[in-house]
Amino acid sequence: MVPFVGWEMPVQYAGVIEEHRAVRTDAGVFDVSHMGEIEIEGPRARELLQSLLTNDLDRIGPGKAQYTLLTNERGGIVDDLIAYELDPYRFLLVVNASNAQTDFTWLKEREIRGTEVSDRSAEYALLAVQGPRAIERLGLQPAPAFTFRVGEIAGVEVMVNRTGYTGEDGCELLCMADDAEQLWDAVLERDVVPCGLGARDTLRLEVCYPLHGNDITPETNAISAGLGWVCALDKDFTGASELRRIKAEGPQEKLVAFVMEERAVPRQGMPIAEGGHVTSGTHSPMLDAGIGMGYVPAERATPATELTVDVRGRPRRARIVQKPIYKREENA
Amino acid sequence: MAAAAESYPDELLYHHEHDWARVEDAEAVLGITWYAQDSLGELVHFEPPEAGAEVAKGSSYGEVESVKAVSELISPLSGEVLEVNQKVVDAPETVNEDPYGEGWLIRIRLADASQADDLLDAAAYRQHVAEQ
Repeated sequence: MVPFVGWEMPVQYAGVIEEHRAVRTDAGVFDVSHMGEIEIEGPRARELLQSLLTNDLDRIGPGKAQYTLLTNERGGIVDDLIAYELDPYRFLLVVNASNAQTDFTWLKEREIRGTEVSDRSAEYALLAVQGPRAIERLGLQPAPAFTFRVGEIAGVEVMVNRTGYTGEDGCELLCMADDAEQLWDAVLERDVVPCGLGARDTLRLEVCYPLHGNDITPETNAISAGLGWVCALDKDFTGASELRRIKAEGPQEKLVAFVMEERAVPRQGMPIAEGGHVTSGTHSPMLDAGIGMGYVPAERATPATELTVDVRGRPRRARIVQKPIYKREENA
Repeated sequence: MAAAAESYPDELLYHHEHDWARVEDAEAVLGITWYAQDSLGELVHFEPPEAGAEVAKGSSYGEVESVKAVSELISPLSGEVLEVNQKVVDAPETVNEDPYGEGWLIRIRLADASQADDLLDAAAYRQHVAEQ
């Protein structure tokens, strides 16, 4: 167990690589109850969120979810999160644990008449059940990604969200905190493998999902981070004008994915000789090679470009690849 | 991966940084203990020294890495590197499967065989592990 922003979290159960493979080939479950939940309700809830979040909520409707960013005036990323439209006047934001308090304060300070922002983090637990057989093992019907519905698993009322952080099919189950243990046990009884924070990190990095605090921060802008696709620059939100300018002029650096060409494990903070630094790095269980992401000068940020990662004083060759690093079709 | 069961063979000598040595006349084979590999988890990288390099007792001669962490390899004895276990370079998880056999790391020519007198025997090392 390791401390993580005030939570005691398991890094691994059976082992990172074993858990990783279970999620890629069958099903695994992560207790991600540390994630924050913030609810915004009221007749002007949509208007408030449209002015603060980068993505366009008018593209979804009740029962749908959307990956989006909370940005500052500089276009820097305060947090990345998923917004769920519970009904036209009520939205749930699932946010990173380390930013939950910042996000809540950010939203609360900008509350307008006709909106109510509440921190629900302590009330809910969240279990992510991920993998090609996750849905089948839970006895759920197939559903499109980024949709949700209320259901019941083993007598526990859950919000079944077709979202995740592994690149696999699956869902995230939101339940009342008091029901979490019963739900966890019920999921394990269906031969789903318990997984820790270690596998969560290797899985997300193989598919190039950014980790806030590593790959994206309030100092990195959404365009450089390659998240322009979740920024509706035709609407107004905090940081939109700065992001429009960066997009028009072109960012100075870009977040790229790379694979080591020599045996070495890149890690966060390692310098890249050609400019920039590693923001996330690990050993990919599926590729059996070192992989990572990092910011490099924009003129070098093209696939097939060679990079040199400084691994504790040893130069090690890497090559920029298209995201995601791991693709099921090619690697199956 | 078939993880090995916990063991600390009696015929080996141990360094408190969780490294072992098997002294064979003027040479020694070095590796990491069951406790070390278990703490790290499945190894994914072994950064070995070059053959011919000098290693010094108590100093780092290389690194092993798991997904979770990197750990320096502390040499229990001084000497010259004669051989690196290429099998572990190619398949680092060999250390987890067989830390005292197939998962040995390097072979050295001893600079001073009397240094072995300072190392822990299996009973003393087991005691050290129990206190971790």
